[in-house]
Amino acid sequence: MIPPPPPIGLLAELTHRCPLRCPYCSNPLELSRASAELDADTWGRVFHEAAALGVLQLHLSGGEPAVRRDLEAITAHAAAAGLYSNLITSGVMLDGARLRALAAAGLDHVQLSVQDAEATSADRIGGLRGGHERKLRFAAEVRDAGLPLTLNAVVHRQNLDRLDQLIELALQLGAGRLEVAHVQYYGWALRNRDALLPTRAQLDAATAMVEAARGALTGRLVIDYVVPDYYAARPKACMGGWGRSFLAVSPAGRVLPCHAAESLPGLHFPNVRDLSLADIWTGSDAFNRFRGTDWMPEPCRGCDRREQDWGGCRCQAFALTGNAGRTDPACALSPDHHLLDLAVRDAAAATTDFTYREMGRAG
Amino acid sequence: MDEAAIPRFALGMKLREDRARGRWVVMGPERLFVPDAVALEVLRLLDGSRSLGAIVDDLAARFSAPRERIAADVAALLDDLRARGVVSA
Repeated sequence: MIPPPPPIGLLAELTHRCPLRCPYCSNPLELSRASAELDADTWGRVFHEAAALGVLQLHLSGGEPAVRRDLEAITAHAAAAGLYSNLITSGVMLDGARLRALAAAGLDHVQLSVQDAEATSADRIGGLRGGHERKLRFAAEVRDAGLPLTLNAVVHRQNLDRLDQLIELALQLGAGRLEVAHVQYYGWALRNRDALLPTRAQLDAATAMVEAARGALTGRLVIDYVVPDYYAARPKACMGGWGRSFLAVSPAGRVLPCHAAESLPGLHFPNVRDLSLADIWTGSDAFNRFRGTDWMPEPCRGCDRREQDWGGCRCQAFALTGNAGRTDPACALSPDHHLLDLAVRDAAAATTDFTYREMGRAG
Repeated sequence: MDEAAIPRFALGMKLREDRARGRWVVMGPERLFVPDAVALEVLRLLDGSRSLGAIVDDLAARFSAPRERIAADVAALLDDLRARGVVSA
């Protein structure tokens, strides 16, 4: 067998703990407890193994990574390993002093999430009163610390109509980049899908607005835009293809082809406490299960886009069909594609109430 | 761009060696550019103090091409990199 190409990106989920309770949280329904988390030195070893394997980009995420009191030490390990480090944060737990310490430790970039452009709605969605105001203060502190800032706006039916204000907010806060990310519907978000899924009209207006803003703001603000699968004709190549360029490590040390993969049944994800990252990347059943094209069913197998889409998203296939090995229903060629139309119809008739993310609320 | 202007990497953009793949890359947030040989020569000269004119002089001294042509190529390259958020002037 030809060895897989080396991975480029590593997502380090330092903790699942978080003061926010976003109803679309990308963490699994079964959240890890603090006592199970890897310590800073183990993260350091993982970062060095990742760099040796070919990883260039490191995302320090969670949960809220700043819950970890040793985040500065973890960041220093990332810099020592030569990785480009990106802190993905809610911004509500970091003050200026700590931010400067992170910059001194070698942090390269900060990505701040906002839940909306307007405080009342943002605080309701994030489930933390006063959160939005703290995020705005934090953004100013990021700039004061001399760090580059990306604003990450997760969008859905309840905030998409304020996309123009989110773009304006990114400019006001001095962000160099804005990520407009439609909610991806697995885990907590699938549970709240009816309250979150945008309408076709909302989506079309948003897409047109992003295209216009990109033109008008060239050189000032880079806008990345991820279209929701529910309205796409072709699936996204999730993680650039299973086990092709990306790996994630969970707070407890499990190595995953994507951060949501723990939801898939029948896969054993090896732990960095037991095996090297290189062994896991190259030799583990979990990474080889959906790697390449051999696993594919029709219509993927005979499709001329099989090495562009890579069959789409395994977690979505499982969430919607109960079988992780099927073609992603987001593809118009999938025999399960009608499931998305049904979801859109259900959402149009639904309320806006959330089930908030909480520890021990999975069941 | 004026020849006195000092082009530099935009905040967060860094030129790093990618040893596993035997190349150099420009790293940024969720971004990775693989410069071609010409672009890499230019990017290596972005040290935060060298002006556009000095960069063109350096390249003209090392490569046998007319200075005006190098100046035009470098200006076009930097315009492209600026539009992509890699370089600021």
